[in-house]
Amino acid sequence: MPLHVAVATRAFKRYSTYVGATLAGIFTNCVFGVIICFVYLEVWGSNPDAGGYDVTDALTYVWLGQAMIMTVAVWGGGSPDDLAERIRSGDVAIDFYRPVGILGWYLAADLGRAAYHLLTRGLAPTVIGGLLFDLRYPDGVGTWLVFLAAIPVAVTVSFALRMLASLTAFWLLDDVGPRMLLGFVALFFSGLTVPLVILPGMLRDLAFALPWATFLQVPADIWLGKTTGWEIVEGFAFMSGWAVVLLGLCSLVLRRAERRVVVQGG
Amino acid sequence: MSLIEVTDLRRTFTVRRRAEGSRRKQRTEVVAVQDLTFGIDAGEMVGYIGPNGAGKSTTIKMLTGILVPTSGRISVAGVDPSRNRTTLARRIGVVFGQRTSLWWDLPLRDSFDLLQKIYRTDPARHRTNLAEFLELLDLGELLDTPVRQLSLGQRMRGDIAAALLHDPEILYLDEPTIGLDVVSKGRLREFLRALNRERGTTLMLTTHDLQDIEALCRRVIVIDHGTQVYDGTLAGLHERGGSHRTVVVDLVDEAPPISVAGAVTRRVEGPRQWLSLPAGASAAPVVAALAASYDVADLSIQEPDIEDVIRELYSRAPSG
Repeated sequence: MPLHVAVATRAFKRYSTYVGATLAGIFTNCVFGVIICFVYLEVWGSNPDAGGYDVTDALTYVWLGQAMIMTVAVWGGGSPDDLAERIRSGDVAIDFYRPVGILGWYLAADLGRAAYHLLTRGLAPTVIGGLLFDLRYPDGVGTWLVFLAAIPVAVTVSFALRMLASLTAFWLLDDVGPRMLLGFVALFFSGLTVPLVILPGMLRDLAFALPWATFLQVPADIWLGKTTGWEIVEGFAFMSGWAVVLLGLCSLVLRRAERRVVVQGG
Repeated sequence: MSLIEVTDLRRTFTVRRRAEGSRRKQRTEVVAVQDLTFGIDAGEMVGYIGPNGAGKSTTIKMLTGILVPTSGRISVAGVDPSRNRTTLARRIGVVFGQRTSLWWDLPLRDSFDLLQKIYRTDPARHRTNLAEFLELLDLGELLDTPVRQLSLGQRMRGDIAAALLHDPEILYLDEPTIGLDVVSKGRLREFLRALNRERGTTLMLTTHDLQDIEALCRRVIVIDHGTQVYDGTLAGLHERGGSHRTVVVDLVDEAPPISVAGAVTRRVEGPRQWLSLPAGASAAPVVAALAASYDVADLSIQEPDIEDVIRELYSRAPSG
């Protein structure tokens, strides 16, 4: 455990050395946030309670989305990308040779990265969005805590999905295809383009059952106070369930990959 | 029982290749290493040499347990590496010259801290080791420099310290001096010699640089095309390769070919003559005999070029 804390801390530190990239990223998030807000103002102007959201909910959702893009790594990135690179270069041999599990190591690194992104590219756009627009905030310490607790779970689900894409590099060497596919699916099913709540019927049910719902929609509904009481427990069960299933899958694939490298010699 | 025991080791890879004119891929078996048998005792420094693709890295990978042998047996410190990879990892250190085990974006210090946690090295022991290696490898001032800003030589020293912080009994070095300048190479060799002398660390190094071997190893194992072609002392390697030392003599006047005991005259060119003697022999009696019976103006001794010796060995090995 102290090792994993150290790994997470180092990952945090590593990202924090690139200040310029962080500032540029924050600027981009804000620009996109403003643009999407104007689009949503139009949409909710003609349909004031689309998906059960009022216009304040919708605008808040926009900024939560901007905050989550990097934190949850909706597009991809983070430690699984490092792994894919190490598989390509063969440096992964060094990872195998160390007396620590690969999955735990990379998860810790990704959580460290997520913590950094939450405090910079999560927090800053939300504050700026709050200055520019009238937003809604959690209505109590409890809600704040529940929202914050949901983030590492969401990051873990996202990590496991990104990891699965990266692990294909053991077989394909180039994981760009799977990664892009994953990015596109995530872009839609995370609710980053449109909130999942406004999707129609079956599509909405499907989207709410898929792991990508944990990226933004589930935490946003906690923030907005749409999920309360027992529903919060259900929400956490849903998120943790996906986290466990996907991590299990990762560990299975990783074992096969390891066999492939160690027994077949890559 | 040696510290490292390798018996009838064989490793093949299945390669799928598309035959010419055919759309179907064919599986071919490529032998990377075969019939490898050797033992290395605790405290030895062994050079493992061979041309590119000879199977050196494949052997090292099997010794560290990240590659399973196709057949044959390996025992390192009494355990089978591929079955006990994690246990063994705590007792061995590996330096891959062309890869780094340091964290690219972080200061050197952070990599060392993480390694202490990975190997769960006793913190006091870690501090003592670190202090010693920083001193010996001259890394003290670089501790706060991110690894990506280190020169190749500095990074290599960092990697060697990293591989040794958990007190391994065995250190495998895969091309440790590749790309280093002469001064860096010299310092590195000096350090490795001291490590072996003072801590008794067993060293096995693969290299292209035969000066590494000359400076460090009493024993060499030569492989070519995956087969062991030599295992013995460096001097023995010279003998085996039929190499010889050459005494170049400048006489005061031209003379017929010199005849002295222990040497054969190979070439005469005016007053200069070339005499050769076996690589293991001492030149002193020959020089004494020369001075006693001839008017010698000048004299020099040329040592055999080990690269020629090894080239000779390679060309004799059956190609597979």
